[in-house]
Amino acid sequence: MSKKSDTKSDEGEQKIILKQVSKSFGDNHVLNSLDLSVPAGKSLVVIGGSGTGKSVLLKCVLGLMTPDSGSILIDGKESIGVDPKARTEFMKKFGMLFQGGALFDSLKIWENVAFGLIHGQGMDKNQAREIAVEKISAVGLRPEVADLYPAEVSGGMQKRVGLARAVASKPEITFFDEPTTGLDPIMADVINDLIVEQVKGLGATALSITHDMASARKIADHVAMIYEGKIIWKGEVGDLDHSGNEYVDQFIHGRADGPITRRVA
Amino acid sequence: MTSEATQKIEEDKQGNPLDLVLDFCAVIGAGILNFFAAVGRLADFTFRSVSHCFRAPFYPSQLMRQLIDIGYYSLPVVGMTALFTGMVLALQSYTGFSRFNAEGAVAGVVVLSITRELSPVLAGLMVAGRVGASIAAEIGTMRVTEQIDALRTLSVNPFKYLIAPRVIAATVTLPILVLIGDVIGVYGGYIVSIYSLGFSPAGYLTQTWDTVTNVDIMSGLWKAGSFGFIVSIMGCYHGFNSARGAQGVGAATTNAVVSSSILILIFNYLITQIFFS
Repeated sequence: MSKKSDTKSDEGEQKIILKQVSKSFGDNHVLNSLDLSVPAGKSLVVIGGSGTGKSVLLKCVLGLMTPDSGSILIDGKESIGVDPKARTEFMKKFGMLFQGGALFDSLKIWENVAFGLIHGQGMDKNQAREIAVEKISAVGLRPEVADLYPAEVSGGMQKRVGLARAVASKPEITFFDEPTTGLDPIMADVINDLIVEQVKGLGATALSITHDMASARKIADHVAMIYEGKIIWKGEVGDLDHSGNEYVDQFIHGRADGPITRRVA
Repeated sequence: MTSEATQKIEEDKQGNPLDLVLDFCAVIGAGILNFFAAVGRLADFTFRSVSHCFRAPFYPSQLMRQLIDIGYYSLPVVGMTALFTGMVLALQSYTGFSRFNAEGAVAGVVVLSITRELSPVLAGLMVAGRVGASIAAEIGTMRVTEQIDALRTLSVNPFKYLIAPRVIAATVTLPILVLIGDVIGVYGGYIVSIYSLGFSPAGYLTQTWDTVTNVDIMSGLWKAGSFGFIVSIMGCYHGFNSARGAQGVGAATTNAVVSSSILILIFNYLITQIFFS
C-alpha cells in the first residue's frame, strides 16, 4: 500500500491550516491526525467515499464540532477552544451551503438569504432585502421567488437559495457540503457554474466536500482525497487523472476493484 | 480431555455466580451513572438557556411569535378544560356534600380546587401536550435538517434565537392562561350550581368571594410560571438533542411530553408544600 501524503503547498498565504486534527466517536476514529491547508483565494475540494470523515472535517473547520486534538488555524489564528466572541468573529468570515439547503422553513426566501445580514451584521431590514433580492437574481431565480417559502420551491431552487444565502454577506471563506447531491446532471452543472461564478466573483477561499467527480473537476483549483481519516493525496485538479495514487485512481473512475474495499452488511 | 478440564468447561458454561453478581452490579452502576449524566446535561442546558434570556442580543419578533403561539393559541384548550372541570367539580361536590347537608360548601370547594390545583395543573398538562410537543418537534426537525448548524454559521446563537424566546414566552403566558382559566373554571361551577342545582346566584358568588384568598390565587400563578418554564425547557432540551431521522424527532417529542408531565406533578407537590404546609 503506497499512500502518498502531500499536504504542503508552496503557494502563498494559507487561509486555512489543519494540523494533526483527530476526532473519534467511541472506537470509530473518523479523523486521524489529519493535515490539510487551503491557500487564500483558491478552491479546494475534498473527495472521498461516504463515511470517510468529509462532513466531520468540514464541521470541525466551521466550529460546529470540536476536534479531540490538533490545531485549526484560520488566517493564522487558532480557532479551537476560543471564547464565544472570538468564535463569532470567525463565523463572520464564513459562508456555508449545506447539503440539504438547511433553509429556515418559517421564513420567506428573502428572509433566509438576508438572515445573516440582519441578525449577524445588524443591517437594516429594507437594505438587507435589497441585497437578498439581488443575490436571488444572481443565482438565476426570479425576484418574485423572494416572497415564497422554502417549501414552495423545488430542490434545485432551494440549493440556489442556499448558495445565495452562503454568499450574501460576502464571506472570506465559503464552504460547500455536497453541493450537487440529489440534483439532476443539468441542475448540478448549473449549481457548479454558480459556485465558480460566486466564489471567483468574491475572490473568496472555498473548501468543498463531494463525491461527485464532475462537480469536483468544475469547482476545484486543488483536490485532496480523504481516506481512513487522513489526506492521502493532494494536488492540482489538472493532476487528478495522473495522480499516481491507486486509491485516487480507483475513486475517480468509480471502480469496485482496488485498494479501497467496502464491507457490505 | 481430562475430567477436570471437562468439569471446568461445564462450570464456565453455567456461569460463575460471582460474575453474575458483578454483571448485575455493572448494569445498575451504568444506569445510575447515565441518570446523573442526563441530570447534569439537563442542568447545564437549563443554566445556559436562562442565562441567554437575560443577555443581548434579543429577538423581539421571535418572542412575539412565541407569545402568540404559546399563549394565544393555547387559550381555547385551557379555557375548555377549566370550564368543564369547574362544572364537573360542582356536580361531584354537590353529590358528596348533600349526604352531609353541606351543600353550602360547594362554591368554596370549587374555587379553592380550581385556583390552587386544577387550573394550574390541568393547564400545565394541556400546554405540555400542545406546546411542549410542538417545541420539541420543531427544534428537533431543525436539528436533523441542519438548520441549527445553519444558524451558527450565520453568527446567530441558537440559544438566543430559538430557546430564550420560547422559555420567556411560556413562563410569562402560562400564569395569564391560568388566571383566565381560574375565572372560567369558577364560572363553570357557577353555571351548574345556578342552572342545574338551584343555588342562588348572589349566595354562590358571595361564598366564592369569601372563601378565596390572595394566597390561593398566587400559589396557582407561581405553579403556572414554574410549569411554563418546565414545559419549554423540556421541549427545547429534547428537541435540541434529538437523534437523527424521523424516529429521533418522534422520540424527542414523546420524551418532552412525558418528562414535562411528570415534572409538573412533582413540582406541583413541592410548591403546594411550600405554600400550604
